[in-house]
Amino acid sequence: MSRRPYVREMPTTHWFLRQPRYLRYMAREVTCVFIGAYAVLLVIALARLAEGREAYEGFLRALGSTAGIAFQVVVLAFALYHTVSWFSVTPKAMPIQRGEEFVPGGVIIGAHYAGWIALSIVVLVLAGVL
Amino acid sequence: MPKSNKPIVWGLFAAGGTVTAFITPVLVVLTLLAAAGHVPDLLTYDRLHAFAAHWIGKAVLFGIVFLSLWHAAHRLRITLHDFGIRGDALVAVVVYLFAAAGSVASAVTLLRI
Repeated sequence: MSRRPYVREMPTTHWFLRQPRYLRYMAREVTCVFIGAYAVLLVIALARLAEGREAYEGFLRALGSTAGIAFQVVVLAFALYHTVSWFSVTPKAMPIQRGEEFVPGGVIIGAHYAGWIALSIVVLVLAGVL
Repeated sequence: MPKSNKPIVWGLFAAGGTVTAFITPVLVVLTLLAAAGHVPDLLTYDRLHAFAAHWIGKAVLFGIVFLSLWHAAHRLRITLHDFGIRGDALVAVVVYLFAAAGSVASAVTLLRI
């Protein structure tokens, strides 16, 4: 009798729909599409800025269109998900050892959140919003 | 050519992931405010032009754009594989070229300001 190895069925294109944790992984990975799209928006913004006042102000008006606002709201949602998911793996990505003990993961994650909030406030102040 | 260029590729991905985690949400808030008609001081033409004219401003803006693009390109490469798309060699060339093109475009633009 020939050997019949067990081959686990795994669809190649939609495997991540099978389990919530796979879906969360995929959501985390897909944030890159929106980070990339927003970076492209920044490249366009710089190009308009270099063209002159009229071009740049036209760009700002385009940002305010329904499509522009919808795009940014979606980007903001994925950007926040990226931030949360990125911070949540920091204890694994860069564990910090103090003597014999490792610094607890919660402390590392908490420090990232504190730094994030502080930096966001600094940017808002520098930008003249706060 | 080094034995493996993975540390460089991954290092830039991680740097980009960290920078975007910290800065992208607040940047989107700033552009959303501008979109809603409450343009933050920094995003007015005169202020942003002055910021981009200074070498520190250029470095900050280029750093954000370059690392965002590289982070997105590298993660997209991995994610396309997860979506069942094979042919990593071609995918890698396309996504990294895209990131490089965007980075060069922003560098050239910044140098014109």
